[in-house]
Amino acid sequence: MQGTPTDAPLRDPSGEIRQETMIINMGPQHPSTHGVLRLLLELDGETVITCKPIVGYLHTGIEKNTEYRTWMQGITYVTRADYLSPFFNELGYCLAVERLLGIEAPSRAQVIRVLFCELNRISSHLVWLATGGLELGAVSVMLYGFREREVLMDVFESVTGLRMNHAYIRIGGVIMDIDEDGVDKIRTFLRMMPGRIDEFESLLSENPIWVERNRGVGILSEADALSLGVTGPMLRAAGVPADLRKDMPYGGYETYDFDVPIRSEADAYARYIIRLDEMRQSMRIVEQCLERLERPGPVMVEDPKVRWPSQLEVGPDGIGNSEAYVRHIMEVSMEALIHHFKMVTQGVEVPPGEVYQAVESPRGELGFYVVSDGEHRPYRVKIRDPSFVNLQATPIMVEGSLIADAIASIASIDPVMGGVDR
Amino acid sequence: MPVERLEGVRLGTTPEEVEEEVERGILLSTLDRAVGWARKQSMWPATFGLACCAIEMMSAGAGQYDLSRWGMELFRGSPRQADLMIVAGRVSQKMAPVLRRIYDQMPEPRWVISMGVCASAGGMFTNYSIVQGVDTIVPVDVYVPGCPPKPEMLMHGILMLQEKVRKAETFK
Amino acid sequence: MAAELADRMRERFSDVLVARDEVTIVVGLDDLHEVLTTLRDDPELSFDFLSSLTATDWPRQDPRFWVAYELRSMRARHRIRLKVGVSGSDPHIPSVTALFPTANWHEREVFDFYGIVFDGHPDLTRILLPDDWEGFPLRKDEELGGVNTRYHGAFIPPVDQRTTT
Repeated sequence: MQGTPTDAPLRDPSGEIRQETMIINMGPQHPSTHGVLRLLLELDGETVITCKPIVGYLHTGIEKNTEYRTWMQGITYVTRADYLSPFFNELGYCLAVERLLGIEAPSRAQVIRVLFCELNRISSHLVWLATGGLELGAVSVMLYGFREREVLMDVFESVTGLRMNHAYIRIGGVIMDIDEDGVDKIRTFLRMMPGRIDEFESLLSENPIWVERNRGVGILSEADALSLGVTGPMLRAAGVPADLRKDMPYGGYETYDFDVPIRSEADAYARYIIRLDEMRQSMRIVEQCLERLERPGPVMVEDPKVRWPSQLEVGPDGIGNSEAYVRHIMEVSMEALIHHFKMVTQGVEVPPGEVYQAVESPRGELGFYVVSDGEHRPYRVKIRDPSFVNLQATPIMVEGSLIADAIASIASIDPVMGGVDR
Repeated sequence: MPVERLEGVRLGTTPEEVEEEVERGILLSTLDRAVGWARKQSMWPATFGLACCAIEMMSAGAGQYDLSRWGMELFRGSPRQADLMIVAGRVSQKMAPVLRRIYDQMPEPRWVISMGVCASAGGMFTNYSIVQGVDTIVPVDVYVPGCPPKPEMLMHGILMLQEKVRKAETFK
Repeated sequence: MAAELADRMRERFSDVLVARDEVTIVVGLDDLHEVLTTLRDDPELSFDFLSSLTATDWPRQDPRFWVAYELRSMRARHRIRLKVGVSGSDPHIPSVTALFPTANWHEREVFDFYGIVFDGHPDLTRILLPDDWEGFPLRKDEELGGVNTRYHGAFIPPVDQRTTT
C-alpha cells in the first residue's frame, strides 16, 4: 500500500486521521476484467479517483502479418482480431477488397453473409450477457448464456466446419453453400430462442440486485460519446440513432426490415436492454434471410481470376474438394490444375487503391482501411476496432464511482481484447 | 555356483530385510496411488484465458461440455489457490513476464496445459510480438493443438494430464 | 453521392480525389487543423466524428508516411478521407486531440507502429507494444519476425530457421 510509513504519526497537525490514496493494479490476469485488460486505479477507500486503462497485452501483430500473406490468407488473420464476432471481421475485409476489385458478390452469397452476421451478433451478445453476469456475481446467467450459444456453435459448425474463426466469408462470396440441414438447425434455433430471451428477461430485468448494480452506473452522455468516438450499443444507449446498417448500408442491409433499439438513459441498464432487443431484431432479420434462401443460386462470383478455385462439399472425412473436381484437375485438364495451383498459392491480384469499409459489429463501427499497390498481397490493412475506441471512455465512466461499479461499467462496454490489441 | 553381485543393487539378504523392503514398497505405492487419485480428481484451474481459446475453455466449463464431471468446475481467480494453469490463447511479448509471474505464484504441485497452437508453438502468428510457444517460459505438461481446439479436445488433454498425475511417483 | 460531395469540396480545396465512391482530400501539414475545423464546424458538411486515424509507409516515396483521417458525419450520413504527407526523416505532425478527443489512442497507436511524433498530444507513449520496445515494427524496413526482433535479449529467428527443439 503506498503512503503511510510505519513510523509516521497517525494524525496530521489538525487532528484528522491521515488518509492517502492507494494505487492498485487490476489485471491483466483478473477474473473480472474482460480478458487481458489492465486498469491502473487510484483509490480513496472504495472510490475510484483516477483510472488508466493499459492495453496491449494481447498484441498479435495481425496488421503486419497481413502484409506478408496473400489476400485470401488475410481473411484467416483478420478473423481472429475480434474473436467473438469473426464473421464481421471477415465481412468488412471482404467488402473492402471487393470494392477495390470492383466486383460484387452474388445475391445468394449476400443473403448468407447477412444471415451469419446476424447469428454472430446474437452469439456475441450471449457471451456478453454470460460474462457480464458472471462478473457481477450472477453465475447461473453464465450457464444459460453458454447453453444458447452451444446451439449456435452447432449451426456454425455444420455449415462452415468450425465453431469459431471460420474463414467462411471469402472474397467474392462465401466458400460453401448452406444446405437443408443447416437451414433446419437455424429454424429450430429461431423457434427456441424467443422463449430463452424471455427467460433472461424474467431472470434479470426486474431483479432488484441486477437493477441496483446497473441502473445509473457507467453513465456516458451523448456529447462525451461522440467526441470520444464511441459507437454501437453504448452510443445508442445515449440516445443517438446511429447504426451503420441503416445510415450507410452495405451488403444488402437496406432491403431488410428491422428496427434499431435506442434508449436515452445512457447507463449500463440501458445497454443491457438494448442488447437484448438487438438479439430479437437479429432474429427478425434471420427469418427474412431464410425466406430468401429458398431460391437457389451461386454463392461465389464467376470470374475465374477472383473466385476461389475449389468446389467444396462434405465428404466422408469432413469438408474438402468434391471428387468430381479433384478428378477434373488431376486427370482431365492440365490448365485447370495450373489455374488451381496459381489461385491457391498466389491468389487474386487487386488493382492499386485504398478503401475504407465499415460494418456494424456487435460492439460498434468496425472499419477496415485497406491499401493495395497492385500486388498479390495487401499493402496495408488497418482494422478500426470498436472496442479499441470504446475503451477510451473508461476513465470518464469509472472515475468517481466505486470499484464494483467500475466492473459493471466495463462489462457494459463489452470490450474484446483481441480487437483492442490486434 | 557363485552368484554375481551387481553394482549398486540392494539385495535383501535376510528374510526380515526382504519383508521390510516389500512392505515399504507396498505402502508407498499405495500412498502414491491415493495421492495421485486425489490430486487428479480435484484439480483447480487458474483462469488464464487470453484470446479465442479462452472462449472455448469457458464453453468447456459451461453446461454442455461440463468440466465439473472431473472436479474442475472451480476456476480460481487467484493462482495461489490453483494447481493447474491452462494457458488458453496467444501470449504476446508484453504478457510473457506476467505469465511467468503467475506461474511462480502457484504452489507446488502444479501443472500447465498449453491450449491451442498459439500457446503451444506460436500458431499462425510467426511474427515479432507473439511468443513462439509458452514452453520457452514455463514447463508444459500437455499440449492441446487446434485453432481453437474444440472443448472435447481440451477435455482429452485434461484427461491425459489426469492420467499423468495419477501415475506420478511422488513418494517412492 | 460521392461526386456531389467532391464538387462541394473542390470549391474550397484544391487536391480532391474521387475513387471507388469515396472522396479524399490531400492537405499539407500546416493546413491540417484549419481544414479539420472547417469540416467539423460547417453546418452542411458537419463531419463531427473521427472514425479512424492511421498511417501507411511508402518507403520509396517522398513524403514517406501518409496519415489518413477518416471522418464521418452522423447527421448527413457521409464520409470523407483526409490525407497528409509526413516526411520520413524526423516525422512530426500536429495532433488533433484538441478537435477530436477520440484521436488520443489512435495517435498513440500510430506513434507506436511508425514512430511519427504528434506534437501537442497529451500523453504520447507506446500503447500496444511493451514500453521499452525498440523500433517501430510496422515500417516496411522492419522484419516481420526476423533478425531485427529483439526484446530483453530474446531472439526470434526467421521462419525458415526455426526448429522444434
